[in-house]
Order: sequence, then C-alpha cells, then structure tokens
Amino acid sequence: MNNWNWDTFFEAFPLVLEGIWITIGLTVACYLFALLFGFVWTFLRRIPIKPINWLVTWVMEFIRSTPPLVQLFFIFYAWPMVPVVGFAMDPFTSAVLGLGLHFSTYIGEVYRSGIDAVDKGQWEASTALNFSTRQKWTKIIIPQAIPPTIPMLGNYLIIMFKEVPLASTIGVVGILQMANNYGAQNWAYLEPLTIVAILFLILSYPSAILIKKLEVKMNTRFDKKAVVNSSSSKGAV
Amino acid sequence: MITISAISEIFPVLMQGIKITVTVLLASIVCGYLFAFIAGFCRLSNNVILRKFTGLYVEVFRGTSLIVQLFWLYYALPILFGIDLGSDFWAGVLAISLNYGAYMSEIVRGSILSVSKGQTEAATALNMSSFQRMRLVIFPQAVRMMLPEFGNYLIQMLKATSLVSLIGMTDILYYGDILRSSNLSQAPTVYLLVLVFYFILALPLIFLTRKMESISKKGVASE
Repeated sequence: MNNWNWDTFFEAFPLVLEGIWITIGLTVACYLFALLFGFVWTFLRRIPIKPINWLVTWVMEFIRSTPPLVQLFFIFYAWPMVPVVGFAMDPFTSAVLGLGLHFSTYIGEVYRSGIDAVDKGQWEASTALNFSTRQKWTKIIIPQAIPPTIPMLGNYLIIMFKEVPLASTIGVVGILQMANNYGAQNWAYLEPLTIVAILFLILSYPSAILIKKLEVKMNTRFDKKAVVNSSSSKGAV
Repeated sequence: MITISAISEIFPVLMQGIKITVTVLLASIVCGYLFAFIAGFCRLSNNVILRKFTGLYVEVFRGTSLIVQLFWLYYALPILFGIDLGSDFWAGVLAISLNYGAYMSEIVRGSILSVSKGQTEAATALNMSSFQRMRLVIFPQAVRMMLPEFGNYLIQMLKATSLVSLIGMTDILYYGDILRSSNLSQAPTVYLLVLVFYFILALPLIFLTRKMESISKKGVASE
C-alpha cells in the first residue's frame, strides 16, 4: 500500500470532480433520448405487417447484441464519412445518439412489457366506449402501462450512468477522461482512477437503494402486474 | 462506398481479431460463472464476515462501471500492490468476470432463496445433511430458475469484450480501429463489418438464451 499518495489524491480530486457535470449531463441526455426513442421502437413493433415486424425485431436485436462501444465509434468516426446522409457531430452529441440508441431498444422492451400487462378488458372497454385510437392510447393504455414500469426504467438510468464513461473514448471529458488526463500528465493513474470509482459508487449505490424502495412501493400499489415486471428487472446490462 | 473489394480487403484483417475476442469471451464466461456461484453461496453462508465481505465485493463491482474497473485493474492495481497480472489478457478477463460475476451472484442468491421452503423442510425430514439438501434438492431447482438470466449475461459479456481493445489487446475492434486510422473514408464499411462480426458471434448466444428460457419453463407448474 506504500505507493498510495494522499497528496496526489487531494490534488487530483477537484480536477476529476470537474468532469462530474459532463458525466451527469450526458447520462440525463442519453436517458431522455432513450425514453423518447423507446416509444418509436414500441410502436414500430406494433405495426401488424409481418415483414416489417420481423425487420424491426431483428434491427432491435442487432443494436442490442452488438457492443455500444463499436456503435459509438460508428457514429463518431464513420457517420461523417457516409455519403449523402452523413454529417459530423461533436463528441457529446455522438455519445447521446450512440448510447441513447443502444438503450432505447431496452427501454422499448420495458414499455412493451408494460403495455402487455394492461388487462385485455381495458382495450375492450375503451372500444366499447367508442374511444378513438388516439384517446385509447393517451387516456387508457399509456397511463396504466407506464407507471408500473417506473422502477425498471429507474434501473436503466443507473445502468446508463455506468455506461456513460464509454464516451471518454471519443473524447467526452467526463470524470474518467479527467482522470486519464491527470494520469497522463503526472504519470499517476492509481489515485485519479480510484477517485472515479469512488464517485461512481457514491452516486449509483444510493440511487440503487432508492429504486429498490420505489419498486417495493410500486409493487404494493400495482400488485400483481408490477411483481411480474420486477422479477425481470433484476438483471443489468 | 461499400464495395466488394473493400469488404474483401477488410474482412481478413478483422478475422485476425476473432481469436482474441473469443478467447477473452470464453475465459470471462468460465470465470464469471465461477465468481457468481462462489459469491452467491458466500452471501448465503452463516459466517457473518464472509457474508459481509462478499456483499461488499458485489456492491462495489455493481456500483462502478466496467470500463473504470478495467482501467483500475490495468493501470492502478500494479502500482498499488505491486501485483502485476502478468498480461493485459488477465486484466481484461478479470475485470469482465468480476463485474458480471457480481451481477450474476445476485441471480444465484435470488434463485436459491426462491426455492420453496417446503423443499428444505422435506429434505430435512428425509434426514439429509445440509450438503445433500443443497446438492440434491435445492440447487437443481434453483439452477433452472437461473438459466434465462444467465443466458442474457452471455450476450452482455460478449459486448463487454470489446472494451479490451482499450487496454491494447488485439481483438476485432482493435483491428477495426487500425483500419480506420489508415484509411478514414473506409470507416463506415469497417465499423459496419465490425458490428456484423459481433452480431454473428452473438447469434448462437441469442439462440442459446432462448433455449435456456424454454428449458427453464418446461415441466414447471405455473403458479
């Protein structure tokens, strides 16, 4: 342990901490993008045309089972080179698109599980009451489908927070990149990297406990349906 | 842009990286499951110290990012304890397997706990020792519950192997990056092919996961 240097630790701490707002900001931006784009996947999957349905399912599977790191590189390095549609983006925007798109496929599945859990009688009742398709969705289905999935969505927020440092590879200067910069300048990686780990732990552990509490609360409120959801929310990315 | 000649030029270069990606994946899967079972059982042990210690391990590794753990094991661990993991290979495998082992240990623990209490009581009534109880009664039922989630983590681990290129291992992504830096206009073809490579590697895992899901459902009375 004699290689641990507290002076370096205290010198590096404020510098690394400077990156925290970028890290948090990027997490929130990616998350919002994923929440919105998740709806797109959910509705694309509901198109009742076989080939389209099949295509959407496999595109989602493709995005989900390939590494987000490669997707980030694709968007940042390759997209500007694509003829006609390609354009260059700054690292932050690329990260929002890359990570947001990756996680939107997961979020889309969460929405789907919520919608599937809505009782069939609710659909029938809204048809019987002569609701338009729009009213059916906005007044009946979505208000019942989304709240039970909130703990799962919360889990994904924490998961995304932990994936965001991937963006340091394309030059988004969050806490990890700050630590790497400090390490490269002073040839001291131990303390700054430990600081990064501590910061992640400090932020994600309490949020995880909060989500667990929320889950228990939601389970009692939405009884059965939410229990089904929570059993599959144990896993993380 | 995507021409046959470009693909035939890129393809063999990326193929060189497959070996590293697959080796890292297989080693991570073996070590990951090993850590998962060890940690899962330790968290259920009667020994308080053992339980708390594994609890700490699980929370630390679940609470921080894999990429941070990887860098820490690669750059910081050798400085701190003078432990040199010998190669970047073990730094990569250890980071991935410790991280996913921590996640999967929760599945092991949860599955064992959710085996009905009556099973333990019945096994006790049959005069089984606690080891027999676990081996013959509880564990076989718990494993079946673990299967679907374990399958999902196989794909997660495959995706995680792409990170080892960041510590200089020559996997698929590493060769992709080299190709890109030598010819920038080829980047779309290169990364698309890298994605396709990973997807082809993921396909058997996707089907395996579905298989595991159906095994775990088969012959179980739904409550």
